[in-house]
Amino acid sequence: MHDTTIALIELGAVFFGLGLLGRLAWRFGISPIPLYLIGGLAFGAGGIVPLHGIEEFAHLASEIGVVLLLLFLGLEYSASELTTGLKKSWTAGLLDIVLNATPGAVVALLLGWGPVGALAMAGVTYISSSGIVAKVLGDLGRLGNRETPVVLSVLVFEDLAMAVYLPVLTALLAGVSFLGGLTSVGISLLAITIVLVVALKYGRVISAVVDSPDHEVFLLKLLGSALLVAGVASQLQVSAAVGAFLLGIAISGSTAENAARLLEPLRDLFAAMFFVVFGLNTDPRSIPPVLGVAVALAVVTTLTKVATGWWAARRQGVGPMGRARAGAALVARGEFSIVIAGLAVASGMVSEQLAALATAYVLLMAVIGPIAARYVEPVAGFLARKRAGTTTT
Amino acid sequence: MNVEVTPLPGIGVRQDFSIRSGRRIGVITYRDGRFELILSKQDDPDATAASIPLAPEEAGTLAGLLGAPQLVTQLSREHHDITGITTRQLPVTAFAHRTLGDTALRTRTGASVVAVVRAGTAHPSPGPEFLFSDGDLAVVVGTADGLDTAAEILTGG
Repeated sequence: MHDTTIALIELGAVFFGLGLLGRLAWRFGISPIPLYLIGGLAFGAGGIVPLHGIEEFAHLASEIGVVLLLLFLGLEYSASELTTGLKKSWTAGLLDIVLNATPGAVVALLLGWGPVGALAMAGVTYISSSGIVAKVLGDLGRLGNRETPVVLSVLVFEDLAMAVYLPVLTALLAGVSFLGGLTSVGISLLAITIVLVVALKYGRVISAVVDSPDHEVFLLKLLGSALLVAGVASQLQVSAAVGAFLLGIAISGSTAENAARLLEPLRDLFAAMFFVVFGLNTDPRSIPPVLGVAVALAVVTTLTKVATGWWAARRQGVGPMGRARAGAALVARGEFSIVIAGLAVASGMVSEQLAALATAYVLLMAVIGPIAARYVEPVAGFLARKRAGTTTT
Repeated sequence: MNVEVTPLPGIGVRQDFSIRSGRRIGVITYRDGRFELILSKQDDPDATAASIPLAPEEAGTLAGLLGAPQLVTQLSREHHDITGITTRQLPVTAFAHRTLGDTALRTRTGASVVAVVRAGTAHPSPGPEFLFSDGDLAVVVGTADGLDTAAEILTGG
């Protein structure tokens, strides 16, 4: 058979397989991300069917996937939502960082991965998956609940934290010296401030550049500008992901909403590829040694997220049951933990084991999160009754 | 009524208020224009007992059903001192996409349409050229007999 023919057949099989996996996942009410990862692991080293001829495409597609994932993270909230979110939820946001970044950092240090590895792992355990959280809240009909704005404001804060964290991480991963690191961190922080100010004041101008009433033109302009900005950012030693993220923040208002609607299928397609490629590049045999650590991390960071949500909801005057729901809603980790792990492993600055640990961890958390959100009420009710000392049959 | 407006970053806006029974009732407006009617649980005011997705036209119809009686009550109060005159809201099912003139209501029943409620807003004093659409409610003033006849005409009964 011709090379192209084989590549088409293989790609088709991969996408179709992912489609089946995705359908299976939502049938059980969990996110498809862990299944995509498992799919990648299965096809990877010593997998069922080794894939030839589509490595190059898969690699590029997964890069585009990262760019689109982070562009979306930037599009998700308007600049005004980000600034009011910062004002309203900074205490809960700081608690979130302390409680959820620490376990990852501590584990990385114990495993001897050094400060850079610790920073990467801190990000992996810190950031909740806004995609999974929003989907689960919508599915469970909890968007009208009083604790939901609390959950969302914590997610907004995490979004902002990512804007600071990613450039710092990528600078350190690039292996720059301490002074050089400070400079590049300074530059990226300055860039973020400028982007936020510009988005607040002149967001309409940037939006007008990419906006177009014609879907086709709009899509091409959006994708073009995202890849251009990502490429230039990567050339300037700020990673492609950060560039796309900042572009997402700068696009605002109705343009951002239309852009999100238009790009969503593309993002889903390329992001699925990204998870598969991440799985492909992770040797399944490297997972069992870190599985114990991953389970311990999963247990600890489930509890710390619940505590974060509980505390944040309590400050807003939400009752105990609502506090428990807010905590459980935040548990899910997903796409961004994998993005961070991907950046870290690609740089070669951290241990290869980080990919395995992050994979195992996200596999657990992307499943635990939706389940925790779904069953938190009966469990919390049972605990409350137990504490009250009354047993109802 | 104290309507609370809560932004839901990345999703839309929630607008709700507390009703006498202690429940919260309100609407989530999504960024893409969809609506969701929400009602909080009786035993846990933080949680929602029901969240019902509504298309824009469905939301409009519901608003009409809830909004028209208020107008009727108000008009009834105003006509209270005129004996024999009452106000009633009547669904216009037989004259969708036709004009008020087509009904010839005034000539046939002596009752007159003082307002048409559509999608929650009242169109006062419609002229004979007023074009009805699906789900309109007519607020009609007249004698009891006249209103019965008007109801038959408007619903095509």
